[in-house]
Amino acid sequence: MDKLINDFSFGLFFWQITLFILLLLLLRKYAWKPILNAVNDREEGIKNALAAAENAKKEMQNVTADSEKLLKEARTEREAMLKEAREIKDKWIADSKEQAKVEGDKMIKQAQATIESEKKAAVADIKNQVAELSIEIAEKVIKEQLSNKDRQLKLVDDMLGDIKLN
Amino acid sequence: MRITYFTKFLFGVLLFLGGTVFSQEVGHNSKKAEAHEPIGVQEKIDGDIQHHIQDSHSFTFFSDSEKGIHYGFSLPVILWDNGLKVFSSSKFHHGETLAEVDGSYYKLYHSKIYKTNAEGIINYDESHHATNVKPIDFSITKNVVMMFVTGLLMFLLFSGLAKSFGKGPIATGAGRFFEPIVLYIRDDIAKPNIGEKKYKRFMPYLLTVFFFIWFLNIFGLTPLGVNVTGNIAVTFALAIITFIITQFSGNRNYWKHIFWMPGVPVPMKFILAPIELLGVFIKPFALMIRLYANIMAGHVVLMSIIALVFTVQNWLGGGLSMVLAFFLSLIELLVAALQAYIFTLLSALYFGFAVEEHEHDEAH
Repeated sequence: MDKLINDFSFGLFFWQITLFILLLLLLRKYAWKPILNAVNDREEGIKNALAAAENAKKEMQNVTADSEKLLKEARTEREAMLKEAREIKDKWIADSKEQAKVEGDKMIKQAQATIESEKKAAVADIKNQVAELSIEIAEKVIKEQLSNKDRQLKLVDDMLGDIKLN
Repeated sequence: MRITYFTKFLFGVLLFLGGTVFSQEVGHNSKKAEAHEPIGVQEKIDGDIQHHIQDSHSFTFFSDSEKGIHYGFSLPVILWDNGLKVFSSSKFHHGETLAEVDGSYYKLYHSKIYKTNAEGIINYDESHHATNVKPIDFSITKNVVMMFVTGLLMFLLFSGLAKSFGKGPIATGAGRFFEPIVLYIRDDIAKPNIGEKKYKRFMPYLLTVFFFIWFLNIFGLTPLGVNVTGNIAVTFALAIITFIITQFSGNRNYWKHIFWMPGVPVPMKFILAPIELLGVFIKPFALMIRLYANIMAGHVVLMSIIALVFTVQNWLGGGLSMVLAFFLSLIELLVAALQAYIFTLLSALYFGFAVEEHEHDEAH
């Protein structure tokens, strides 16, 4: 202890205190504060980045879920659309068939009508021709018959006889 | 490292290496050499160890005691003796001559400056202590130089580290090797001992004191042969700073725990108060002695083991002492960091006591 006190150098103590405090102040301003702040900022940055990554992961999961949902919806929709399309097609085909049938029927009827009228016209024509022919024949017969008196009379008689019968 | 102490003793070899270093020759060395001749190996070793662990007024790398030549450089001596007196330590010629400044005579004796008469007589008391007047000595000694160098080194390193952080979040340069240590001090010394809320205020001191002690301890192991942290004045200064910071940051709770310990019966409070008060002073005192004694002891033991070479003077003993010295140096390297760590840790612990908050009055 005696030696310790004897060894104690006030000058060295003075310089130590002075230099150390100076060093402390200088380092605090130019080194420790910037370093600790930078390290803190970096740690905050890392923390934030990790949180952001976690969020992104969650979001990603959400997005995946969403997209899956969307996909599912799309699939259902597609199926619905396909079904509808099929129905529409079927309906359309049925409608077409119906229409075609109606149209066909109509055409057939028309044709039939046409045929009928043609037939009638033809029959009428034939009738006319037959009538004309018959008149001609009758004319010729009558002319022939009327060429002689007896026959004329006879004819008149027959005719009269017919009328009577009527 | 081993070479350091080796050179201190192998003077002959070092004469050839000394060419690059500025050398000082003592004026009347022939007389002195004769006077030193009869000194035995044992005394010489003791003297060298003593000299090594003490502060010095000149920066000597090694010396040739036979020729009285010292290799190194002089440092300024600053005395306060009825006015400021500044002169170069070369005037002392390593304690071999008197320094005469403005009519006063000063003598360097066991690394201390004494005021003497013109003949340079030192008076002793019964216990062989010099009784001459000791002027207040503010000299830039070897230790002051080393503190200055360390301070400069720290400033360059850490302001560099700070600057490199300005450029981006990843440190570059030499300072980045110390970044993990800075973080370690923050996360494992300051935060657990002081508390998450209040640690920030003490960080500059803790970091400065840790690196200061560590670097100086390491310098103590270099061939420069300085022993700064093994000097009681230095550790005293460091301990007193910790003491002052602790007392000034002490909150109501801290003082209450010292003078009026809560949770104990009143008579006990009266008994505990002086004990606690004593503890306030013992804590920094222990800090001071611990660092001083550890570093001092390390230096003395290491030098003694190296000195074995000269004591035993045979190949086996010499070799063994070198091997021992090598491993001891490794241990000293560990001690250098450990003591810096302990000083910082305990400082943080004391600051923690000072700023601790007790939400509830628990029993002690």
